[in-house]
Amino acid sequence: MFRFLVFAIAGWSGFFVMAIELLSGRILAPNFGSSIYVWGGVITIFMLALSIGYLLGGRLSTRAPSLRKLAVMLGLAALATLPVAIAGDSALDRIFELVRDPRYGSLLSSTLLFFVPTVVSGMVSPYAVRLLVQETRLSGRNAGQLYFVSTFGSAAGTISTAFYLVLYLEINQIIWTLAVISAILAAIGIGWKPRSAF
Amino acid sequence: MRSNHLHVLLIAATLGALLGARGALSEVVLHTEKSLYRNVTVTEQDGERCMKFSRFYQGSRQSCIFLNDRSKLVFAYTKMMLASLYLTPNPKRVLVIGLGGGTLPGALQRLYPDIDMDVVEVDAAVIRVAQKYFDFRPGPNVHVIEEDGRVFVKRAGRSGTKYDLVLLDAFDHEYIPEHMLTREFLQEVKAVMQPDGVLAANTFSNSRLYAHESATYEAVFGRFYNLKDANRVILVKLDGLPSQGIVTSNASSVDNRLAVTGTTAEWLLPMFSSARDWPAGTRVLTDQYSPANLLNVQ
Repeated sequence: MFRFLVFAIAGWSGFFVMAIELLSGRILAPNFGSSIYVWGGVITIFMLALSIGYLLGGRLSTRAPSLRKLAVMLGLAALATLPVAIAGDSALDRIFELVRDPRYGSLLSSTLLFFVPTVVSGMVSPYAVRLLVQETRLSGRNAGQLYFVSTFGSAAGTISTAFYLVLYLEINQIIWTLAVISAILAAIGIGWKPRSAF
Repeated sequence: MRSNHLHVLLIAATLGALLGARGALSEVVLHTEKSLYRNVTVTEQDGERCMKFSRFYQGSRQSCIFLNDRSKLVFAYTKMMLASLYLTPNPKRVLVIGLGGGTLPGALQRLYPDIDMDVVEVDAAVIRVAQKYFDFRPGPNVHVIEEDGRVFVKRAGRSGTKYDLVLLDAFDHEYIPEHMLTREFLQEVKAVMQPDGVLAANTFSNSRLYAHESATYEAVFGRFYNLKDANRVILVKLDGLPSQGIVTSNASSVDNRLAVTGTTAEWLLPMFSSARDWPAGTRVLTDQYSPANLLNVQ
């Protein structure tokens, strides 16, 4: 059950990041268009945020790692995404006024709206690896399994958002739905108590 | 440049002659380039030169001109866009979104030499090709702006610019820029129109998108004229849709002027319809909900 929860959180985190990344292109289009440089700005910021997240998550995993903390990360990432649904449009309008060049406009907007939640999401994977590894000999295998689950989650998040979710739901409805699922998973992880604990 | 051009024409003519011996003239590719957005190809066949965004599919012809008569418009939809002049016969300031081969702005330029026109095109390659192969010539009153249409309109709105006529020609059958088919975008377009301004939009006649698009235009502008052929053109007037009588009398006032383009009131007027031919309660497209391309394939 412990391992299942770790994998579930990592897989869902991967789903969440890519679903939000796809929506971010949509969210920026009314102010900056949908040209290649707008996507360039979005992807740059997501990659940068993930890279920093990996570093921080790995560092954090050296100090009393627990499933509870992993679950808190998932919940925080969802919480940090909610301002996009609540105040995203007014923030984008301000940036539209301030920055004329759509390249830097989209870069700045992605940073403001998506940098923090994506850093937190990036922390999940290395931290989850630490929770799974029990012996050095199996560490590579555990890491491989974790990458598999998390990247498979990303693929699922990409296709379901791009092909289906946008056909039925509004962008903000999708964000709220994803956040609620994150919150439920986080709550389960925080409340989980090992049966054999003493 | 010129000799290069002549060279290409000579090759085209030679090839045409060679192949012509066997029957119908075969298509000759004059130019092809990959832009940031697509492949832009210029071809010639049967006295027509065309800009295509896909080499092999006939339906991907974006713009065509007759080589022996540059004034005459090849596509029905371009002529249908000129039906906007039946709603505003003397536009002074015009915005065109989507350049293509420049046939539509070029026609307006010839019809109204004093016209003040902004043409917005996102693809620099399209702008180059329109000037080199389709004789599109910006002038002191005709400006080409390389920018996303929505971004341009939004900025124009903030700076208080107003147009008598807006021609929206940014869609093709393979790809719709979805952020330019939403209620919020049309509200931004409305904000750059004069109080009696006119909007003509070249859009879609088939697919599930038809109803959604109609509902979206109605949500922002109220009733509109709908012209249908293989394509569909939506005509809107901000201060209320003029009666068929007024449209007919405007049509006769510009009919002589439009004759060189091959556009006649006799052909266009029977297409005017303001009937509501989509289901009530159809979901309006918004910035939050805009799966236009998915709706267009189903």
